[in-house]
Amino acid sequence: MTTAPTTDRVALVRAIATQHLADRGALMPVLHDVVEELGHVAREDVEAIADVLNLSVAEVHGVVTFYKDFRTEPAPAHAVALCRGEACQSVGAEALYAETRDRAADLGADVEVDEVFCLGNCALGPSGTLDGRLHGRLSRERITSLTEGWR
Amino acid sequence: MSARVFVPGDAAAVSVGADEVAAAFGAAGATVVRNGSRGMLWLEPLVEVETEAGRVGFANVEPADVASVLSGEHTGSIGVVDEHPWLTSQRRVSFVRVGVVDPASVADYEAHGGWAGLRRALSLTPAEVVQEVTDSGLRGRGGAGFPAGIKWRTVLETVADQKFVACNFDEGDSGTFADRMVVEGDPFTLVEGMTIAAHAVGASEGYVYVRSEYPHAVAALRRAVDAAYTHGYLGQDILGSGLCFDLHVRVGAGAYICGEESSMLDSLEGKRGEVRAKPPIPAIEGLWGLPTAVNNVLTLCAVPMVLSEADSGGPGWQSYAELGTGRSRGTQVFQLAGNIRQGGIVELPFGVSLRELVEEYGGGTLSGRPVRAVQVGGPLGAYVPPDGFDVPMDYEALAESGAMLGHGGIVVFDDTVDMARMARFAMEFCSIESCGKCTPCRVGSTRGVETIDRIIAGRDVAANLVLLDDLCETMTKGSLCAMGGLTPMPVQSAIKHWRQDFEREGADV
Ligand SMILES: Cc1cc2nc3c(=O)[nH]c(=O)nc-3n(C[C@H](O)[C@H](O)[C@H](O)COP(=O)(O)O)c2cc1C
Ligand code: SF4
Ligand code: FES
Repeated sequence: MTTAPTTDRVALVRAIATQHLADRGALMPVLHDVVEELGHVAREDVEAIADVLNLSVAEVHGVVTFYKDFRTEPAPAHAVALCRGEACQSVGAEALYAETRDRAADLGADVEVDEVFCLGNCALGPSGTLDGRLHGRLSRERITSLTEGWR
Repeated sequence: MSARVFVPGDAAAVSVGADEVAAAFGAAGATVVRNGSRGMLWLEPLVEVETEAGRVGFANVEPADVASVLSGEHTGSIGVVDEHPWLTSQRRVSFVRVGVVDPASVADYEAHGGWAGLRRALSLTPAEVVQEVTDSGLRGRGGAGFPAGIKWRTVLETVADQKFVACNFDEGDSGTFADRMVVEGDPFTLVEGMTIAAHAVGASEGYVYVRSEYPHAVAALRRAVDAAYTHGYLGQDILGSGLCFDLHVRVGAGAYICGEESSMLDSLEGKRGEVRAKPPIPAIEGLWGLPTAVNNVLTLCAVPMVLSEADSGGPGWQSYAELGTGRSRGTQVFQLAGNIRQGGIVELPFGVSLRELVEEYGGGTLSGRPVRAVQVGGPLGAYVPPDGFDVPMDYEALAESGAMLGHGGIVVFDDTVDMARMARFAMEFCSIESCGKCTPCRVGSTRGVETIDRIIAGRDVAANLVLLDDLCETMTKGSLCAMGGLTPMPVQSAIKHWRQDFEREGADV
């Protein structure tokens, strides 16, 4: 999908933006849909969205860069996000995060290990998401077994 | 007849395997209801089997246990869940239906008292509804504790062509999950609360701003909104009253600051989530410059109860106001989190002590080691040492003791915690999540991290502690919002109570 030729991509992005034209404050929903469909928001997407929603490119760019969810580079093959919130830290999240980052390459090819601040699962930490799925009571061993299929 | 089994669809239960357990019960021929969680999170997945005696619970169920649970041979029953002392000793008002009802069923909601508040509210004038909310003493649960009725009166009395209700479901504080659990387990309560708010303030449109970290809640809420439209609780001429109210669910994008209300409003408008200077207040100039009632999820979820008739037959607002202490009326939903043996939801009238929550409900630490510190009220809240655990949990008493209740999160740490590291984290979090609009917060937090790094390394500790204190003063006094303004709270409370963690020797880093 992310390798779609530019023109197809632009057409798709324009179609997504057009769907939201009637919404108030449509930009956030449009950007979410673009990330969902295409994995990231590319430079040409910003221009297409700005054009359809009648906003300036600078405005759209400013919003894309403000929010963490709107990634501007293609998504990795697999993503781990570990919680570094205080509640998870109280049960060892900092060490788990550091060592998972260190061994990201061992978990599979093109694995991203990122931090997140609270997933609302603070009584069952350390918490994290693996390819978007929430897990509680994570440990080195649990992460190894949950990512088995990635290798 | 196949057995009726409840397996929570709550994200916390799912995080420890509830989906797999539900699938296994389904494959074994049981009728599975995906209820919310009872809030006894250490027992999840907590499966309940319907029996003549009531719903019998089984804790920490795995797919391999399914056959024995269904045949009655499983030995790990915790008995009838409704009779569990952890629940019976609570006073569940906002959480009364959570874990009990099927969150996907409008009929189940109605059977458990749902829509009674809306029906009654629609028979009252907007001003009468506002008056009952005021008289209930209900204060905002998002952190600031502002009286809901006073805010609503401002919106009601501001003349405009259009008004909005906006629900703050950004719940970014570490250690908090009550908004998430109430919406996943009982989403119609929020829909009902917002519809009552719309009638009260004269709004025709509402927005719920949900953080993107909560996909389960987004799905539960969208499903509930669709069902409410289908059954005439949203849309045109609601329940034949003439009220028209459209409700939209919008998703945030990973920015903590968007929980601050003006930043949330900008985000809803499709802008960068930067904090707006006040005045004007959102009640007068909110979404798209129009009057907007902004309230937290739990605030809005208390409204249906306040507007319904109480079980005693008296007015709901009165029985709500009878709970609590001082100027903190009603119940508070405490969230026990972190290094705690029995984490979860404890809803009690204001005034319970931190000690009771941590030691009795929480059962101490998960690690079994002594409790060393508790952070109350999220990442901007103070760290409290065990000798401060007797403070009653209400807005005023906590403020007096130098802490704050915030959204009711209670995060427990055992004696292995390094408080200098926690202070550093508070500054780091602020530097990552600052919206960047004002210097004390944006630059101050980065300087704060650097200064604490020097302290941790044992370099010029005394001088750096003085510098850090000055920095905290500047942030407290000079920040535009509580992000920069309250970050000093965890930092300074850590220094005050655990100074030994900061007085390090030797430059070994
Ligand atoms: C940095 C910051 C973060 C906040 N985060 C939240 C939040 O996640 N949820 C929330 O309801 N209120 C949050 N608030 C409080 C809101 O600004 C506002 O007071 C609240 O939404 C008002 O609703 P209430 O009166 O019902 O509490 C935050 C405030 C600040 C300064
Ligand atoms: S204190 Fe921080 S988050 Fe608040 S307005 Fe200033 S820079 Fe933004
Ligand atoms: S602090 Fe990690 S899930 Fe809340």
